[in-house]
Amino acid sequence: MLGRVKALEILGNALEHSTADQTMVTLTIGESSLTRFANSQIHQNVSEFNAVLGVKAVVGKRIGYATTNKVTNDAVKSVVERAVSFAKHSEENSDFVSLPHPKPIKEIPAFDEQTATYSPEERARAVQDMLAEASKLGASGAGSFSTGYEESAVMNSLGIRAYEAISLASLTTVMTCDSGSGYADRISERVGDFDPLETAIEAAQRSVDARNPQPIEAGEYDVVLLPYAVAEMLDFLAYMGFGALAVQEGRSFMCGKFGQQITGENITIWDDGLDPRGLPRPFDPEGVPKQRVDLIVNGKANAVVYDSYTAHREEKESTGHATGGSGSFGPYPTNMFMSPGDSSVDEMIATTKTGLLVTRFHYVNVIHPILTTITGMTRDGTFLIENGKVTKPVRNLRFTDNILERLSNTVMISKETKREGIAVVPAIKVRGFRFTGVTEF
Amino acid sequence: MRDLTERALDKITDLGATYGDIRIVRRKSESVQVKNGKVESLTSEEEEGFGIRVIADGAWGFACSMMIEPEEIDRVAELAIRVAKASALVQQSPVRLSPVEPAEGSFEFEVLKDPFEVPVEDKIDLLLDADSIMRQIPEVRVSQGTMEFWHTESIFASTEGSYIRQVKTESGGGIEAMAASEGEVQKRSYPAAGGDFAARGYEFVESMDLVGNAERIAREAADLLVAPQCPSDTRTLILEGSMLALQVHESCGHPSELDRVFGTEASYAGTSFLTPDKLSNFKYGSDIVNIAADATCLGGLGSFFYDDEGVPAQKVDLVREGLFVGYLTSRETAAQLDDDTYSNGAMRADGWNRIPLIRMTNINLEPGDWSLDEMIEDTREGLYTEAVASWSIDDKRLNFEFATEVAWEIKDGSLGQMFKNPTYTGITPEFWASCDAIASQEEWHIWGVPNCGKGEPVQTAHVGHGVAPARFQNVRVGVVESQDTD
Repeated sequence: MLGRVKALEILGNALEHSTADQTMVTLTIGESSLTRFANSQIHQNVSEFNAVLGVKAVVGKRIGYATTNKVTNDAVKSVVERAVSFAKHSEENSDFVSLPHPKPIKEIPAFDEQTATYSPEERARAVQDMLAEASKLGASGAGSFSTGYEESAVMNSLGIRAYEAISLASLTTVMTCDSGSGYADRISERVGDFDPLETAIEAAQRSVDARNPQPIEAGEYDVVLLPYAVAEMLDFLAYMGFGALAVQEGRSFMCGKFGQQITGENITIWDDGLDPRGLPRPFDPEGVPKQRVDLIVNGKANAVVYDSYTAHREEKESTGHATGGSGSFGPYPTNMFMSPGDSSVDEMIATTKTGLLVTRFHYVNVIHPILTTITGMTRDGTFLIENGKVTKPVRNLRFTDNILERLSNTVMISKETKREGIAVVPAIKVRGFRFTGVTEF
Repeated sequence: MRDLTERALDKITDLGATYGDIRIVRRKSESVQVKNGKVESLTSEEEEGFGIRVIADGAWGFACSMMIEPEEIDRVAELAIRVAKASALVQQSPVRLSPVEPAEGSFEFEVLKDPFEVPVEDKIDLLLDADSIMRQIPEVRVSQGTMEFWHTESIFASTEGSYIRQVKTESGGGIEAMAASEGEVQKRSYPAAGGDFAARGYEFVESMDLVGNAERIAREAADLLVAPQCPSDTRTLILEGSMLALQVHESCGHPSELDRVFGTEASYAGTSFLTPDKLSNFKYGSDIVNIAADATCLGGLGSFFYDDEGVPAQKVDLVREGLFVGYLTSRETAAQLDDDTYSNGAMRADGWNRIPLIRMTNINLEPGDWSLDEMIEDTREGLYTEAVASWSIDDKRLNFEFATEVAWEIKDGSLGQMFKNPTYTGITPEFWASCDAIASQEEWHIWGVPNCGKGEPVQTAHVGHGVAPARFQNVRVGVVESQDTD
């Protein structure tokens, strides 16, 4: 590892080379390894050491951005020159005000030595044990197990000096048993936080339960969505409209709705980059500390997240949600939470006369961003609920529905939540979920 | 570089590899984005590194580094062997590779205008010209234009004796107008959603006529704000080229990747309905449907000279007269399929730091003998749609739902009113079985798609799809409900 001193020394060296009016330099460097398995054997096993050094140079209101994956003195000088040259050859951007100024940054303990140095042999043994456990249930497995670390540093000519080191472990598996399939995943900064065997058993048992799925008609159903599916809905809300750029460009479902009811009163969603129940980060790629942003409060549209560019347009402060690179993607929430309820998945099933239990979605995409209409498939365990009990697995269905409308018809929310990608979410029960097609398996 | 590749290959051989290769890749890219009359971003990226792939104890290992130095090559070679030996702990049978003739040489795609030599001001000016025209339409809220260019030099060397150098330059871009009113947002793009790309120079961008199409798409975006919702029924559907390219990509390209078929993508992107028992034994589409994977197309974004296993670029049939007849293969999957089968050269890696996977090359729907105008004239009641808006397909590639930017009603052989939010859905073989007309070579174009995602860690491939507009019967359209009826 480079460590704080060396990382900031490289960035300081870059800043010294710059002749721009304002300059921001960023460095991410790290090692990551991934073991992939399918058909009950490891078929891909990789290890990577890479870096990205990025330079944003500002000349007047003209901006150039350049990157390299070398951190030698010559490479650093060269990438700064490229960024400055691009800025000089660009056109003025009147919306640009300034790079951000420094603010105090909290330390977040997100680095775990064991996760950073987890070996290929340790990952292979974990996979071996998972497959053996699944085999006891008659299932075979596919999936991936990754471990590694990343150091991130940001420095700018206005005084920002930020550094963090994080580790990350991620395990995903799809188990199959005859015609049934089941899914489970885990993610944490600490590989010791999750149990691969328990993950394998969850997926394998679901695959056993999902064998011989029966045909089902498309239509509207009451649906119990496990956290895997709920997290995907939140991800798409973030993509379609929780960023200030989407609002400023008029393509967000939040446009013109602030203060108005857009979901049921039982729905509250926020982003808190510092909350350790998710995957916390102390600052964003501009070196701005993460702020909590309450996105939807008791069903009312409340706020969106900002980077420095979109904040300056509205004479506001960045909330610490820049996305890096040239910044053209706009700000984005990265550690979302949905408030829990007081129910459980078992209670949701028990109170359902006719409905479906959905494990997760597959290949979801946006149909209409203002209506929050999305389409996708169910996958890896879809079950019919009849008279308060799960009675049989069913074939996968295509849904085409409106997220906000479903969140306006969410009648039960679980007490328990799960960390799932960039969100921590409960399971929910919604009324009238629209399934528009079926497939053959 | 040869001293470094030989050092790596000697090292892994000494450490017990029964096969190994090294790829050294240098890639630079440039992108220009303008939005609402301003330069939104101007980016120059450069990266280099090497990756070593080995088979040891019968299993795969791969390691890579950004530092192309002798000592680092030794470290990474040792790590690759260690990773392979760890893989061997969970192995059902040793990896077997189909044979390939070792190759040696240096190959480069020719371009007329090196895009990295064209002044950045020229690129900005062209995009701003188109942008200013789009912004003249009052309803246009966001106008934008993009250009992207890549230059990749790669060296492949293997323990079997190959040493191949390839150089490829790619160029492309496009424009987009987004119109908005209260509660509604609509967009139109040209020449395709996300742009069009080719293994050509700046001349490809110049040939697009972005400026000449700016007013049309801006006006269409504004018109869509007040257009009626696409009706929900079953009717004849005619797909324009860029939309059809996506249809080929999702419903033919991906399911014919043999690694997906054998389950190695099961936990991520999924598997395929085109199982080996269907090979040469399954009616994929109507008799006029002929689809080939052609890595040799001049200018195709999915073209190359050799794949990342040193297998020469080829043209292979996937569907012939409607019958499913072939897969995209690697050396490993070809050997798994049949002892006598050779790889048809579809293995590509997204840079030095990724392992090669089976990727689409240029998956081309061969032209028919119609014209688009003739198809429309021959249609009593239907829908003509343009430009990709959204895509979704199940994990075996059967049930799909796609949305397009715009549609026009076809009534008694003529185009009629415009519809907003068009969608269509179907089951892959049923949909292709309903294909009854394909336009001719005159309207055939290879669309370049630079963002095909696959694998873990995710890899982005540059692929091509040669298509001409085509017609399909009895397609369910208008899946999404109208805002008014919600």
